[in-house]
Amino acid sequence: MTNQPAIELKNITKRFGAKVIANKNVCLTANHGEILSILGENGSGKTTLMNMISGIYFPDEGQIFVNGEEVVITSPKDAFSYKIGMIHQHFKLVDVFTAAENIVLGIDDGKYDLKSSTKQIKEISEQYGFELDPDKKIYTMSVSEKQTVEIIKVLYRGADILILDEPTAVLTPQETEKLFAILRRMRDDGKCIIIITHKLHEVMSLSDRVSVLRKGEYVGTVETKNTTESELTEMMVGKKISLNIDRSDVKNTEDRLVVKNLNCFNREGAQVLHDVSFTARSGEILGIAGIAGSGQRELLESIAGLQHLAGGEIIYYNPKTGSVDNLRDKSPVQIRDLGVRLSFVPEDRLGMGLVGNMDIVDNMMLRSYRKGKSFFVKRKGPKDLATKIINDLEVVTPGTNTPVRRLSGGNVQKVLVGREIAASPTVLMVAYPVRGLDINSSYMIYNLLNEQKEKGVAIIFVGEDLDVLIELCDRIMVIGSGRITGTVDARTVTKDEIGLLMTKTTDEKGDNNG
Amino acid sequence: MADNTTVKHHREPLFHIAKRDDMVWWKAWLIRIAAIVISIFAMSLVSMALTEKSLFETLEIMYRGVLGRIEEGSTVMLWKYLQQIAILLCLSLALTPAFKMKFWNCGAEGQALVGGLGALIVMIELGPKLPYGVLMVVVVAVSILAGAIWGLLPAIFKAFFNTNETLFTLMMNYIATQIIAYYVYIKGGGSNVISPVAYGNFPKVGDNKYLVNIIIVAVLTVAMYIYLKYSKQGYEISVVGESQNTARYIGINVKKVIIRTMCISGALCGVAGLLLVAGTDHTIRTDTVGGQGFTAIMMSWLGQFNPFIMVFMTALIIFLKLGAGKVADTCRLNSSFSDIFIGVVILCVVGCEFFIRYTIKFRHHKKEGKA
Amino acid sequence: MIVRFICRAILLGVPLLYGSTGEIITEKSGHLNLGIPGIMYMGAISGVIGSFLYEMSCGNDITRMNAFLAILIPLLCAVAGSVLMGLIYSFLTVTLRANQNVTGLAITTFGIGMGNFFGGSLIKLTESDMPSIALTKTSGFFSAKLPFASKLGWFGEIFLSHDFLTYAAIIIAVITTIVLNRTRVGLNLRSVGENPATADAAGINVTRYKYIATMIGSAVAGLGGLQYVMAYANGVWSNNAFGDRGWLAIALVIFALWKPSIAILGAFLFGALCNANNYIQGLGTETQELFKMLPYVVTIIVLVFTSMRKKREHQPPESLGLTYFREER
Repeated sequence: MTNQPAIELKNITKRFGAKVIANKNVCLTANHGEILSILGENGSGKTTLMNMISGIYFPDEGQIFVNGEEVVITSPKDAFSYKIGMIHQHFKLVDVFTAAENIVLGIDDGKYDLKSSTKQIKEISEQYGFELDPDKKIYTMSVSEKQTVEIIKVLYRGADILILDEPTAVLTPQETEKLFAILRRMRDDGKCIIIITHKLHEVMSLSDRVSVLRKGEYVGTVETKNTTESELTEMMVGKKISLNIDRSDVKNTEDRLVVKNLNCFNREGAQVLHDVSFTARSGEILGIAGIAGSGQRELLESIAGLQHLAGGEIIYYNPKTGSVDNLRDKSPVQIRDLGVRLSFVPEDRLGMGLVGNMDIVDNMMLRSYRKGKSFFVKRKGPKDLATKIINDLEVVTPGTNTPVRRLSGGNVQKVLVGREIAASPTVLMVAYPVRGLDINSSYMIYNLLNEQKEKGVAIIFVGEDLDVLIELCDRIMVIGSGRITGTVDARTVTKDEIGLLMTKTTDEKGDNNG
Repeated sequence: MADNTTVKHHREPLFHIAKRDDMVWWKAWLIRIAAIVISIFAMSLVSMALTEKSLFETLEIMYRGVLGRIEEGSTVMLWKYLQQIAILLCLSLALTPAFKMKFWNCGAEGQALVGGLGALIVMIELGPKLPYGVLMVVVVAVSILAGAIWGLLPAIFKAFFNTNETLFTLMMNYIATQIIAYYVYIKGGGSNVISPVAYGNFPKVGDNKYLVNIIIVAVLTVAMYIYLKYSKQGYEISVVGESQNTARYIGINVKKVIIRTMCISGALCGVAGLLLVAGTDHTIRTDTVGGQGFTAIMMSWLGQFNPFIMVFMTALIIFLKLGAGKVADTCRLNSSFSDIFIGVVILCVVGCEFFIRYTIKFRHHKKEGKA
Repeated sequence: MIVRFICRAILLGVPLLYGSTGEIITEKSGHLNLGIPGIMYMGAISGVIGSFLYEMSCGNDITRMNAFLAILIPLLCAVAGSVLMGLIYSFLTVTLRANQNVTGLAITTFGIGMGNFFGGSLIKLTESDMPSIALTKTSGFFSAKLPFASKLGWFGEIFLSHDFLTYAAIIIAVITTIVLNRTRVGLNLRSVGENPATADAAGINVTRYKYIATMIGSAVAGLGGLQYVMAYANGVWSNNAFGDRGWLAIALVIFALWKPSIAILGAFLFGALCNANNYIQGLGTETQELFKMLPYVVTIIVLVFTSMRKKREHQPPESLGLTYFREER
């Protein structure tokens, strides 16, 4: 392999506002015919750095070289002209357009001829082994199909340098393997592949070299074959930390929440939950694994009283009064009035769990403002709670009156989890609680969950990282296309077994559609 | 090694725009006030060019046009000024809860018109039959109710079908206008004018006929501030406005809040109509509200949904309206001059927000001539 | 009778068609321009000023007027005036990222003010007793009809008897439809309105598209104002005569589901509704006032019905009304 440098960064610095330095003096090199991993925790500036190569952001200082020549990239168009293409973590696709329309979008090659473009798209698909219907509208696609569209989009533009931002976050282990095979084929074609990730095992299995970022600064680059996971972790976090989650044994468990034959349709009339039944027990963490968008959100929202159900029962066993209540068709307020202590940390923190533009005190008040008969709100209690959470969970904030959207992702999550735990729940539902968090914040959340488990709370944990699910949970239930495809013991199961359960229904779904 | 030809391919931008951290409040206000002063100054220059009067004279005409000979103890103009502020402020206050909920109520005009019409119908039909006290209660109740109904209709459709409220409320304005036109025609006996009705007028305090209006609006201003900031309903409005998902998540009945808030909004617009009919004109025309429903939209937004800031904004805009009107009048310009004046000032204020929220960064040129 | 009704409906519908085609072009770029009513006023008054000056320079003598110039000058003036307004709007909302609703309303205040100010000033200049200004000569050029239209009976009257701006309106709407759906520019523009971040990442110059779409949209809307004065009102400008047609044009956009081709039919339907009160026998003046509500009531009904149907393709551009900032985090 002739490893010519494809892209070189020298002393790149990028600031947001006066205080936030996203990247500081970063230098790195990526060669043709290699896969380079950019490794770093959430918030270490990986995406910002790559966005500067793809023309989304503009660096405050520093130089970029492509194939040895200095370039100035002020827009994505410039990036394309240097054959750089980026596949963003949040797909940049127009929902009401077809795949083909999205792929040709923004290309200016004179004639506008969707038919010949479609033919070309099919050729590219065959060359690398993609499966894609170019006339399908994006909003009817699954996540992995959308990702395929994104990759073909940059290939269609003849990109030689491909940047992929956390491409595996939304894929099953099997889909991930398929993607990796394609990426290796592209590398062998002489393309330069840069993959942003924070998953160590992916780095080890895929890449040729690894560059590590920590808190916006460049730490170093190592050859993958000469390194170990623990060495990389140390580079990434800056100190040796143990990556093991303490899992206590389940004791004194009893049934807390029994869900029977839940059926639910979404607004478009498609069935999102099919006969879902399970039991959540006290003092136990029940993990829910599955491809994103398989019905996890609807399941949790059904229990919280936010979904209209077409069938089924949600039975709650009250540990205090011993009464047995059916929560079906009850609103969140009615559920609370029944004395059910149900806490819910939703996936969309700032769009659902919290109000971004309100300060911490007002966000604390969301749960409690109804208390009392007064026409006016009382801010004293919430303010005390806010202060307590800031102290106990080490929330970094200028004060209790800071709008929560100004806090970093980890601190936002601490505020939300703190509020939900403060309600001393008997059932605690959390969805993707560590998404976007750095390692320290993630472990703090895991510890909080374990604490709650030991207090006898029934915890339902929806996660995406199978490694974490296996280490943290007691049982793991796998959901695929709205069906429960299996429930396994987390202490004995392997990742591949879960992966198979996840895909089992994807195939079924394919059969149903075909 | 970096040969200049490639660098020239894509010219380095001279500056780029970045989001600013929170600006200190007084700096932000300094920028806004500067924008207002600059735009007034600029428009005064324009009017100077048109009228061949000096800047000082122009400003003096404006001042006299608004406050008259106030230093000589003549307060007639001042009271008229305050009265006009009261009406516009009342409409702005009415829109604010709806806007805070992100419900774009563009129907203040119509809601005020039907409120005024409700008052007038009671004044005409029941005026001679009821004792004054009872009559006033009915007048007030009917106008509030009429305004509330006019606000309620779009709210119901918004809540249940997510119907676009901007256009719905806008269309309701014109329906209200046509109803007024119809009513004026049948009651005015073809002359298209209803002569002022003697019954059901607001009482004079001393010999000041506007004081009741002004007091009512002053009370409403304080009440609205407290309602939005300290009441549970006000809190619910903010949550619904910021994120309907969060509202659902904590168990707020979003539909109920939308409908309740629009009832309040419409009812307050009805009060504005009441003030115009029972408190000012004692009759109604299709242009009784005179486009102030639209001006109020801008006032509420420019006042950042804070009633006390709105007091200043409305005072400013009415000042410009009366002042520029006087300039136009004195110098034989067309009276629409004041609309242009107000338009320019508002555009400047809207535009200056950019400098509060963003900052322009000039890129430090890295050293050239590496060779 | 029926034929006259239809012709009248078409005549009334044309300014709405211009306005809503212009607004559709703008909204496709993600900008809700509530300034359209003001921009249409501005287009109208600019055209009036242009033709007024031209008539003056020819000494008000029709024989010295050149048909080509008599049309071209007001046309260019109208386009220039409304594009200027569009430029102000886009500078504020695109570059300065100001709130679109407030900016639009302020533009409307400003535009109507400008229209009435210059209109009023011109009226004063002519020193006539009427509160209006008549440009009947220019209007004559504008409303020139096809010579053989009158020979073809009702067919000729309905389809061929209109002024050229009416046909231009339909042609513009059709061209807009084709450009939006069949060309690269249209695809790019739609993507800017749907998802500017995606368009940006695809290398489309979002700012340029927003500016150009807003300015072209304004120019088209401005022609609507001109058509109103020159063809509908026979060249007579009087203050506030244009009324609330701008708002109806915006309402028509929703009626047309953001498709100019549907807007053509919608505009003529609206024209018919606006006019129905004059053609229903035996209405008293007071009931006529009530009948004038018809277009507004129908708009509301249409609004409600379109909101009940929830097809993805019939929704407004997804990022309509939102400001785009690339470095938003």
